Amino acid sequence: MNFETTIGLEVHVELKTNSKIFSPSPVNFGAAPNANTNVIDWGYPGVLPSINKGVVRDGIMAALALHANVTKKMHFDRKNYFYPDNPKAYQITQSETPIAHDGWVEIEVDGKKKKIGIKEMHIEEDAGKNTHTGSHSYVDLNRQGTPLIEIVSKADIASPEEAVAYLEALRQRIQFTGISDVKMEEGSMRVDTNISVRPYGSDQYGTKTEMKNINSFNFVKNALNFEADRHQKVLMAGGEIVQETRRYDEATKGTVAMRTKEGSDDYRYFPEPDLPPLIVDDAWIEEIRSQMPEMPGERRRRYVNDLGLTDYDAMVLTQTKEMADFFEAAVKDGGDAKKVANYLMNDVNSYLNNQHVDLQDTKLTPANLAGMIKLIDDGTISSKMAKKVFKGILAGEEPAAFAKANGLVQLSDPAELQPIIDAILDDNQQSIEDFKNGKDRAFGFLIGQIMKKTQGKANPKVVNQLLSKSLNER
Amino acid sequence: MTFYGKDISGLHADLVAKKVSATELTKAAFDRIQATDDQVQAFLALNKEAALKQAAELDQAGIAADQLLAGIPLAIKDNIVTKGLTTTAASKILENFKPVYDATVVEKLNKAGAITVGKVNLDEFAMGSSTENSAFQTTKNPWDLTRVPGGSSGGSAAAVAAGDVLGALGSDTGGSIRMPASFTGTVGMKPTYGRVSRWGLIAFASSFDQIGWLTQTVKDNAILMSAIAGLDERDMTSANQMVPDFAAGLNDQADIKGMKIAVPREYMEGVDDDVREVIENSLKHLESLGATIDEVSLPHTKYGVPAYYILASSEASSNLQRFDGIRYGFRADDVKNLEDVYVKTRSQGFGDEVKRRIMLGTFSLSAGFYDAYFNKAAKVRRLIAQDFDKVFKDYDLIVGPTGTSTAFKIGAEIADPKQMYFNDVLTVTLNMAGLPGMSIPAGFSKDNKMPVGLQLIGKRFDEATIYKAGYVFEQTTDFHKQTPELG
Repeated sequence: MNFETTIGLEVHVELKTNSKIFSPSPVNFGAAPNANTNVIDWGYPGVLPSINKGVVRDGIMAALALHANVTKKMHFDRKNYFYPDNPKAYQITQSETPIAHDGWVEIEVDGKKKKIGIKEMHIEEDAGKNTHTGSHSYVDLNRQGTPLIEIVSKADIASPEEAVAYLEALRQRIQFTGISDVKMEEGSMRVDTNISVRPYGSDQYGTKTEMKNINSFNFVKNALNFEADRHQKVLMAGGEIVQETRRYDEATKGTVAMRTKEGSDDYRYFPEPDLPPLIVDDAWIEEIRSQMPEMPGERRRRYVNDLGLTDYDAMVLTQTKEMADFFEAAVKDGGDAKKVANYLMNDVNSYLNNQHVDLQDTKLTPANLAGMIKLIDDGTISSKMAKKVFKGILAGEEPAAFAKANGLVQLSDPAELQPIIDAILDDNQQSIEDFKNGKDRAFGFLIGQIMKKTQGKANPKVVNQLLSKSLNER
Repeated sequence: MTFYGKDISGLHADLVAKKVSATELTKAAFDRIQATDDQVQAFLALNKEAALKQAAELDQAGIAADQLLAGIPLAIKDNIVTKGLTTTAASKILENFKPVYDATVVEKLNKAGAITVGKVNLDEFAMGSSTENSAFQTTKNPWDLTRVPGGSSGGSAAAVAAGDVLGALGSDTGGSIRMPASFTGTVGMKPTYGRVSRWGLIAFASSFDQIGWLTQTVKDNAILMSAIAGLDERDMTSANQMVPDFAAGLNDQADIKGMKIAVPREYMEGVDDDVREVIENSLKHLESLGATIDEVSLPHTKYGVPAYYILASSEASSNLQRFDGIRYGFRADDVKNLEDVYVKTRSQGFGDEVKRRIMLGTFSLSAGFYDAYFNKAAKVRRLIAQDFDKVFKDYDLIVGPTGTSTAFKIGAEIADPKQMYFNDVLTVTLNMAGLPGMSIPAGFSKDNKMPVGLQLIGKRFDEATIYKAGYVFEQTTDFHKQTPELG
């Protein structure tokens, strides 16, 4: 029996607004517990939420980036449940009127393109954090009220590979809007999965299992692969899948049951009476559309058409917004596009991978990379010297000053080089003979001598010309 | 000295002229409270030290002609948060709770120099019609100490009626200002929904709650409104509406000639005979003042109470979830785990009526029941609002009784929640529609000599018409001049 897999994903994206969605408290990380809170975040008696318009704007921006239809009249709803990190005992979210619906992103798996539908998007508030140490539990409400966009896919995803491709596409597009860092490892992007399996041709979905808060794309893939396999085996053996929430276990690369859902939780949703309905007019949507940064596809086309990059290079450079922005800045600073691209894709990327850092966390600047490439191009430094200068610019050094200070400047002035060449030739009469007798190796030997004499600083191109000329004159 | 027969304008003139000092007024308030409150039990907390200090500072600085409320003693319902001053909502779950901030209305009063003498009693979380649901004490009606003052702003009404203060803030979710005003012969205004910021009002039912105030006279009431109303960016449901000087036109020139007044047929049905008689006399009086009176119909009135109790309880069930023993207020101490904290804290901290409404609301919002209860009630709410809109196309004001009866005996209805709920039949519909309404003294029952209130209902944001009609009625009658005999 053959099976088909159906996957739905719910992605939570944390927005980079200055203040929270319903209170003026700041949104930033690393503050002391409960430092970024006020009476609204505490769910104090008598307080009321006020909507941060910037969150609605960002939500509309995300909707436009994901080709979704913006809801013109929307309201918020309360989702009721008790938990210490949820101080009002309800989350203000959207249920009846999501901020946007019916969007899509395009993915490519094994050379095949496919559109994955987005059912709806909600703007809502994040909860705080509970921690437990020994006999005590602590509540930190710094994260309480951080704005989130929840993006719910349609059940269009047919494999774990497609799921990861969808997540990558989603992350890329959101990242290019600039509204979120969308970093799985920092929790600014979180993924919940639903998966079910059914025999081919069946007109009913199988029973689904759910996994929450998986925190890397790799884990998503492993977890979904494991689940798809497990579902199939259970069904093949004549068993039944239990509807439940499971957890991915990294050690075993498998999943384990967390809790079984007996019926569904009743969150008693109802319209949030403290916030009037929000009306979004076309003028506002168009204003936001006009502020929409270039999406990766548009940038790729521009890199190929205007800057002469290959499709592949353009694709690699637009994987993240920071890389693409860096590339463009370096080209603007005068770096040759192809060379900047090569440096970013090779030397820079391998440095980032080895050091496990992000581009914006390094001291490398577009101006310094462009500067170094210009030094190579005009012969000021050799490609060998460039390796040392590259280390300098990674440490934030200005390339020309760094090269000079460290003696990494080629000797290119014929007036300086000619006397050295003359002296070498005077000392190596035999090599001159050999050269004239057609032994090419002699030329190489002489070059070697010159480089040795100049401690490798001589500009090989200039030395070549001068040496040829001098030999011919002897 | 009592405040009977005094009003804000008169006292303000005396304060400016230094005929009386803010300290004297404040002391007079505390003296009166001391003399009456053992019997009336309106106050839950007194603010004596801070009030006297504030009064002394005002006297030192002198009170200017434009500081209309400076030095005027007021009381605040205990579901409105006051920084550093105990705020309990008359619930054990907030016993001894000292807020870290002031409600917007309190900020405004403080800025205006009004003296907060104390916090007054209410039904727990404003849920009730008699003030018997307070976790701490039952407030008595100053006109007859065996009767209730109405609720939930019973403490506010009793404090004004007892002559303790010139005015008191209350809140009105389904009639909680107007009904106590009716029962105690005071003037109680529930403004249009959105007129007054709810920031700092401990929420009962967010889409119904509105802060208002009770006073001895219509003009005092209008003065408070101009000081308190207005847009507040901290309350997104507050309205961006001009706030006029409501008291400005209340003078000898004011008249209601040609005012078109509607009397809903449904409001005169099921009303006690003694109340009906007073109201019919009031209508005749309004007619004699030049208003036209027509009978109209508000056909959905009878669905008001059941729909209200579903919607308001639904919102309450959610609003009151934050009282969970985790961050502030009461926490049960015999707990072993998280569920214990929630269950025991809330079981021990809330009173019966609050629990009843939490259960009612939780049920109404539950999956499978939401459409039949919450949604249906929300539809009724829209129909009720449409009823009013229709009448207001042709009329300036709607008038009728505030309550179906006069103040009932303490203990008479507390065991029968449904009977208690139906006391709100003539008041809840305004909250459903967000309309302003005011109860003014209209006379006394011939049976039990208790006060009867006349309810004046205006168009959305048209409190000015209510004040004008109320003022003319008041100035041509003497009901507001009568006072209870107290200690």
